[in-house]
Amino acid sequence: MTPLAGCLLVSALLFSVGLAGALTRRSAILVLAGIELMLNAANLNFIAFWRFGPHPEMLTGVIFVIFSIAVAAAEAAVGLALILALYRHAQTSDVSEITEMQG
Amino acid sequence: MTLPFWILAVLTLAGGVAAITLPRLVHCALALTVAFAGLAGLYLNLGAEFVGLAQLLVYVGAIAILIVFAILLTRGGEGTEDHVFSPHGVAGGVIALAVFAVLAWASETSGVAGMQAVSSAAPANTMQQIGLALMQRYVLPLEVIALMLTAAMIGAVVLALREKRTANAQNPAQRPEIRA
Repeated sequence: MTPLAGCLLVSALLFSVGLAGALTRRSAILVLAGIELMLNAANLNFIAFWRFGPHPEMLTGVIFVIFSIAVAAAEAAVGLALILALYRHAQTSDVSEITEMQG
Repeated sequence: MTLPFWILAVLTLAGGVAAITLPRLVHCALALTVAFAGLAGLYLNLGAEFVGLAQLLVYVGAIAILIVFAILLTRGGEGTEDHVFSPHGVAGGVIALAVFAVLAWASETSGVAGMQAVSSAAPANTMQQIGLALMQRYVLPLEVIALMLTAAMIGAVVLALREKRTANAQNPAQRPEIRA
């Protein structure tokens, strides 16, 4: 197995773990944590392709990951503030109990 | 692949799996921190020092604390939940497995997995090059990110504040509870 294949495998596993967490957990905080894991799996792919790609001196993957970390940090801050607001509104952070907008 | 890579990969994946399966939310946050730290180690292992340290600073330092604060403020830290997984949890697990199968199949058959590094050593002096790239070629995205972070910070503060004031106005007895 080449190093890049190993990185891609780990990244795919981490992405699926994050997706499973986002889809199966009831706590809204852990849904957000699952999304963070998926973002991190994508970041690992960027780094792996930067490291083992044809032009590592261009630094495209590294710059992309830096911006991606900034976006993920903003997303986590807004997401957790939304969960807090939702908790104060509905007195729960269980996503399966919040059915006001369910069709 | 080297042994350190696999150790870090196993640590990361174990942290991730524990984060989504443990019943208590505080334990989940701890396991998530382990996964983030393992990922930082993976970045360092792959030769991306700046990204690895930024990962430690942002995820292990800031986002983990933020998640713990959210858990405690929503009283998720009290006791064990009876129903950890949602009613459609099995379907979610099956979807995640299918996504993993597709991703693994794609990376095996696309041919990129056979790509080898141009040089066995990681590119040297990347820190200075990253600084130069951020200040020259990517200066506009950097400014946009700065604006977006400011907007997100203001948005988070507004979202977290507004409901609290109305809740306090309706129920003054709630105030000491929130402070505590």
